[in-house]
Amino acid sequence: MDSDKQLLKTPLHQWHIDHQGRMVEFAGWSMPVQYTSIIEEHQQTRNSIGMFDVSHMGRLYFSGTNVAEFLDGLTTRRVAGVECGKIRYSLMTNDSGGILDDVLVYHLPDLNGEPFHMMVVNASNRAKIVDWLNERKSGTDIQIDDRTETSAMIAVQGPLANEAVKKLSDVDPDSLPYYTGTTTRICGKEAILSRTGYTGEDGCEIMIPNEDAQLIWDEVFSLAAAAQGGAAGLAARDTLRLEAGMPLYGHELNEATNPAQTDLKFAIQMKGREFVGRTSIAEARKDSDLWIRTGLELEGRRAAREDCKVFHGEQAVGVVTSGSYTPTLQKSISMAYIHPDHRELGTALSVDIRGKLHKATVVKVPFYQRPV
Amino acid sequence: MTPEELIFAETHEWAHIAEQDGGKIATIGISANAVEALTDLVYMDLPAAGTAVTAGNSFGEVESVKATSELYSPMNGEIVEVNTSLPDNLEILNSDPYGEGWIIKVKVSGDTPENLMDYAAYQKQCDEAH
Repeated sequence: MDSDKQLLKTPLHQWHIDHQGRMVEFAGWSMPVQYTSIIEEHQQTRNSIGMFDVSHMGRLYFSGTNVAEFLDGLTTRRVAGVECGKIRYSLMTNDSGGILDDVLVYHLPDLNGEPFHMMVVNASNRAKIVDWLNERKSGTDIQIDDRTETSAMIAVQGPLANEAVKKLSDVDPDSLPYYTGTTTRICGKEAILSRTGYTGEDGCEIMIPNEDAQLIWDEVFSLAAAAQGGAAGLAARDTLRLEAGMPLYGHELNEATNPAQTDLKFAIQMKGREFVGRTSIAEARKDSDLWIRTGLELEGRRAAREDCKVFHGEQAVGVVTSGSYTPTLQKSISMAYIHPDHRELGTALSVDIRGKLHKATVVKVPFYQRPV
Repeated sequence: MTPEELIFAETHEWAHIAEQDGGKIATIGISANAVEALTDLVYMDLPAAGTAVTAGNSFGEVESVKATSELYSPMNGEIVEVNTSLPDNLEILNSDPYGEGWIIKVKVSGDTPENLMDYAAYQKQCDEAH
């Protein structure tokens, strides 16, 4: 495969190949889509530990004056004045309210306790977001350091994940409240540790320089393997996030979608704030015909896929953005954008899958919540 | 059946041809390579007996957690029997793809299409794809 040569590789690339990872192109990177079975990798994340190489995600570090205020003007959620140690999920919108990306904004202490800001963006949007930030920052002294290709990111997810990482880390991940993080040492190496993830399970994520990635991956992996856990690929990551009701950029979110449609109210803070796209969000909220992100459960095992049309009787009332038969629920579930008149819980709808109508019911999102 | 007794399509279906009442009946399934590549099969949509099939055209679909794939008929003819228990027992495709995992039987019309391969040629195709 000649095209392989142009793809970016994470520092764990050879490990994936050596462990039967099926490598696919994803947003310009060569990434493992699965190692063994998607269902196995999904279930071991729910029951034990799943380890994901998510080094393709964009990691941008900021320095300069008033970084928080600068980012606050570009995000739908307040990120200025947020305590050091906290992480905020937010959307970034353009002037017309179209979603440019969904991001995590980190305000964390370094090893000396000095606060800094960083942001994790989707791999597919990294170049766009870097350009967008660079255009907006003119006239400021803000510097953006894109460390995506010089660092790695490992998600350790599942009910036994924190217990494993605790054995290697100076900071116990369980001592960090959900959606907070810090800089610490893991296996003696400086690392950012955060209690975040994209699976609906508890767990943490680790960011380290490329040269420390293999050591830390190997150490966590032996603990995971001893707990009947293991590596999981992008396919399991997708079924896990779908069950957890988390949107995926390029599917639920794109520049044609307004945040008012996403049902992510916690990520949109309008009061007393100004940010790019705010006016369009306020306008969209008044539009009673705008389709809203909604959960569907289908009868049978057949999965609806992206772009399948949703009907109420004869009337087209929505479109599917993601769907799969999912391993934990053992049901065919979908996220769809549905007209507000037809998205009450329990509403009977139908989905056109390749020319055949299948019964579907509106259900609550998330589809799956981990036991407390 | 062993794969050496079968002929294969480029699209990973197999056929076994037997003489019956002066005509030919083709038993059709999908290869072990295809099952391995798909992994995590969850759904199969099959036609009814009596449906006409055309070589190279879709007669059904199989779905894994990740994707939906068409099943293409290697032969021309009419479906005379469908393995209706298969969609509820898709794991049979892993354990016995060339036997219990058969999908349809077709009363063949016309000649066997020339682009079908023996097992050795099919294996070569699979190896080269890696």
